[in-house]
Formats: sequence, C-alpha cells, structure tokens
Amino acid sequence: MVLIYIDQADQEIKKATYEAISYGAALAKQLGTSAEALLLGTVHDDLTSLGKYGVTKVHQVNNATLNHFDARMNSTVIAAAAKSLGATVVIFAHNINGKAIAPAVAVKLSAGIVTGACALPKTDAGFVVTKTVFSGKAFASIQIDTPIKVISINQNSFGITSNDGVAEITNLAIEVPSSTISITSVDKIQGEVPLTEATLVVSGGRGLKGPENWGILLDLAKALGASTACSRPVSDSDWRPHHEHVGQTGLQIAPNLYIAIGISGAIQHLAGVNRSKTIVVINKDPEAPFFKAADYGVVGDAFEVVPALTAAILKSKGGA
Amino acid sequence: MKILVCISKTPDTTAKIAFIEGNTKFDENGVQWIINPYDEWYALVKAIELKEKDSNVAIHLVTVGGADTEPIIRKALALGGDEAIRINNITTDSFVVAQEIAAIAKEGGYDLIFTGKETIDYNSASVGSMLCALLDQNFISAAVKLDINGNAITVTREIEGGEETCTTTLPAIVSCQKGMAEQRIPNMRGIMAARTKPLKVIEATITNATTSIKQFDLPPAKSGVKLVDPSNMDELVRLLKEEAKVI
Repeated sequence: MVLIYIDQADQEIKKATYEAISYGAALAKQLGTSAEALLLGTVHDDLTSLGKYGVTKVHQVNNATLNHFDARMNSTVIAAAAKSLGATVVIFAHNINGKAIAPAVAVKLSAGIVTGACALPKTDAGFVVTKTVFSGKAFASIQIDTPIKVISINQNSFGITSNDGVAEITNLAIEVPSSTISITSVDKIQGEVPLTEATLVVSGGRGLKGPENWGILLDLAKALGASTACSRPVSDSDWRPHHEHVGQTGLQIAPNLYIAIGISGAIQHLAGVNRSKTIVVINKDPEAPFFKAADYGVVGDAFEVVPALTAAILKSKGGA
Repeated sequence: MKILVCISKTPDTTAKIAFIEGNTKFDENGVQWIINPYDEWYALVKAIELKEKDSNVAIHLVTVGGADTEPIIRKALALGGDEAIRINNITTDSFVVAQEIAAIAKEGGYDLIFTGKETIDYNSASVGSMLCALLDQNFISAAVKLDINGNAITVTREIEGGEETCTTTLPAIVSCQKGMAEQRIPNMRGIMAARTKPLKVIEATITNATTSIKQFDLPPAKSGVKLVDPSNMDELVRLLKEEAKVI
C-alpha cells in the first residue's frame, strides 16, 4: 500500500498535498496496490473529497495536539501509523514540513529515501527515483535498496490529477507522544500565495535600479494575479523582503510562468528557477545570459516594456 | 554549552556541472570546493555569534568525507570553530552521513546541533531530520532566527507564506538558513590559529547505505529563445496564451 501524508496548516490541507496524493495514486496503480492517505489532527476540509485525487481511504489520527507541527512528534506518529497499516511506500510533499519529517520517518521505518523527486519511480527493475540535484542544474536517478521506501516530491513537478472518487474515512488509534515544542507566534503575509505554490511569478533584479521602481513590477503581478520574487542582490540590499529571494541559496520554485525583469541570469539565480515551465526574460542587455535559458525574450528598457505588457494583459482580459 | 556544527563539502556555486564514466559520476575536474553555503554562512557563523556572546560556548565541527575535505574544515576552524572531527567515509547516502554524525553526537553530549538547511549538491535536506529520529531530540527546520535563554531556545522558522516562532528546551537540532547570521570571511589571526586547532580523523563505521546513484542527467537544452519586439506586447500576451498556454 502507498501511504500519502496530508500536510496541513491552520487546519487546512495544503495545496502541495493534492499533488502528493496524485503522485502516490499513480505510483500505487503502477505497483498494482492501493493508495491511502494519512491525516494527523483535524482539518476543516471534506476528507471524503480526497478520493478525487485517487486515494480509497483517509486514515485520521484524531488528536488536536497534532494540529501544530512538531517534527519529532509528527514523524513518530507517522512511522507508527505506516507500520500498523503495512505501508510499503510513504509519500510526502517536498515542502517545508515534508523536508522536516520525511527523512526522520525513513529512519524509523528503516527505509531508503529520495527527497525532491520529480517523476514517478521506474519499477520494472528495482525501484529508481529521479530527483533534481545541484540545485536544479542536473537530475540523479537513485535506486532505493530497502523493502520500504520513502519519497518526497518536488512541488509543481507532477501536477494534480483528479476524477470523481470518494474516500472512506477511518479513525486510526495511534499513541501520540507529548510535544515539547510550543509555538508562540505565527506571522503570515496576508492574502499572498506562498511563492513555492504560485503558478505565475514576476521577479525583479538589479536592473530595476531601486526599490522605488518596484511599482511597475507590482502592477504587472497584479494584472496577472502573480506572486512576486526577486534576485539575491535585491534581497541583500533590502530592496525587497528576504522571503522573495529565489535562486540557489533562496527559494527554488517551478511555476508555470516566470517573468524575469532586469535579472541578468547568473547561474546561481537560474538554479532556483530553471524548472519553471515557461520563462520570459525582459532585459535591455541582449547579451544577458538569462536569454539562453528563456522561452521568450524582450530586449528593451523595463521601464517601457513592463507597463506596456501590463496594459496588453489588461486589454486581453477585458476583451475575453 | 557545546554546539556541534555539521559541515559538508560542496562544489562552488559557479562550478560547471558535468558527469563522467557514462554519466554515473560527477566530474570533479577543475571544481573549486567550498563549505556548503548553508553550513558556513548560517549554521557555523550563528554558532560563532553565540560564542561571542558567551565564552562558555564550545564549537565542534563534524564532517563526513575523505581527506580532500580537510581544506574546507581548516577554513571552518579559521572562521571560528574550536575543534573538528572528520569521519573518513565517502558516501552520497544521507542515512550513512546521519548515522556517523549521530554516533559523534551521542558521545559528545551536545546541547545544540546545527546543520545547514540543505546542501547545494544533492539537495537532500535530510541529515537534520534523520538526526531527530536517531537521537530522539527536537528538530526545528529552516530556522531564520535563534535565541538562547538558559536551557530554552526560541527559534523562528520559515513556513509556507510566513514565519513561525516556537520555544523548546535543549538539547535540540536546528537546520539553518538565510537570516540566522551574516556571511563572514576568515581573518589572518583565525587562519593562523586554525593550523594548530585539533582535527581528529575517525575511521568509518557505517556501511549500510540504503540508496545508490545509478545515473546523472543534465536538463534538456532549451530550444532557443523567441524574441518579441518590445513595442509589440500584444504579441507576447498572445504567445503566452496560445502557444505556451500559461495565462
């Protein structure tokens, strides 16, 4: 059985979970077994509807202590649940919480693990999982040599697939250890899609010359309904907040559309964004290395091109 | 207060990524090696900052790797580590690395174990979490801020779309990222002192790898950029809608 971990925040299922379930269900089909999901704590979402993404059952450890995240506690409960359910593969989203607990669960299950997987395993001979390495500059195919396997999948690498299934909900009695971590405050940026979950991203670099010029980028993002990001020099200079920094030492993202404005495209920046499906580069320097990694390029002054693009998008939306 | 900082050797961020032996091995030819940036800039420098506030802090470094990791360990000692342990085990399996470090950690009785958020070569982000299971200690990942107050720590960690602050008691494992500390360069006094700081080599004891790398691949080359005239943004919108189908 393939068991998929349901990641929640504030009692709401995270979007990355739907992709993890879609991936786990496809893997279960490939292995000729069932896909089931595991929830720690309680959520407001309708759990039966997770059947849409391919799980037949949702096992719930119904204990409110589990609604706050504690890597030691969560990994202990997940490993115990996986053992009692006889899971042979355990799937996580490779998001912040998945990264914190999947390797611990693997240790507790004596399982080999591949984190950051970007495709379904090859299971015709052995069990080989492809993942991104060197911060997105290459792929490695890694064989897992243990009977039980753990995989965490990169966000936006598999996609969400759905049909009209309905999942059965079962209560799972697992002893929950006491948590020795207490959360004292949560500070979320209201109304913004987290960058790692965004499908459209508009990003700015030093070519915009200063934080006072970010208005044209924000207008474009607003017209598209996109999230905003920036290059490392921009966040280092405090023109934009650190959480917007994408690149090798910042966030690695894979949106459907990444628009880079005034970013030259240093190799460290490309490492954070080169899994994007479509890349648009706007830069006045035709020699900017980013054009080599782009699908569409505009050689021109950002201060003229960006407002024109915003206007064109608004026009196309108005006409639709 | 004893802090163990886990150090990994990675290729420089600008290194050319290529593979040899039928795409089964990373081509190390001409590669500059550095301390994994997350281990150096955030984990190690944070430990140094804590030592600067409290002289009772001892900083031990641990790395799992061959003799070729010694230059980066000396650099870490030059930055401010007190002593270092190298476990002579060459592996790409995080579980092997974590078990080797766990054995050192159990013996050393550390109050805090720092790792980087992930390494920039294999990007596994696994060792801290594995240590959590192997040592049965609290683990706080992706930390951007940490304060010590007696036997308690207050840590702010990244969550999707924001930050979360929590408290726990020592011992604990923390994986560090941007925000924890500011990058430094070693000074001449540090470099001189590092030459005589203890660097102990321990032979490998763990051999039970659970994974093995079968093949590497480079991403397919882009077919080439399609340039759009800057005065014709309607055309770019059309391409994004009809050809790329992303908006």
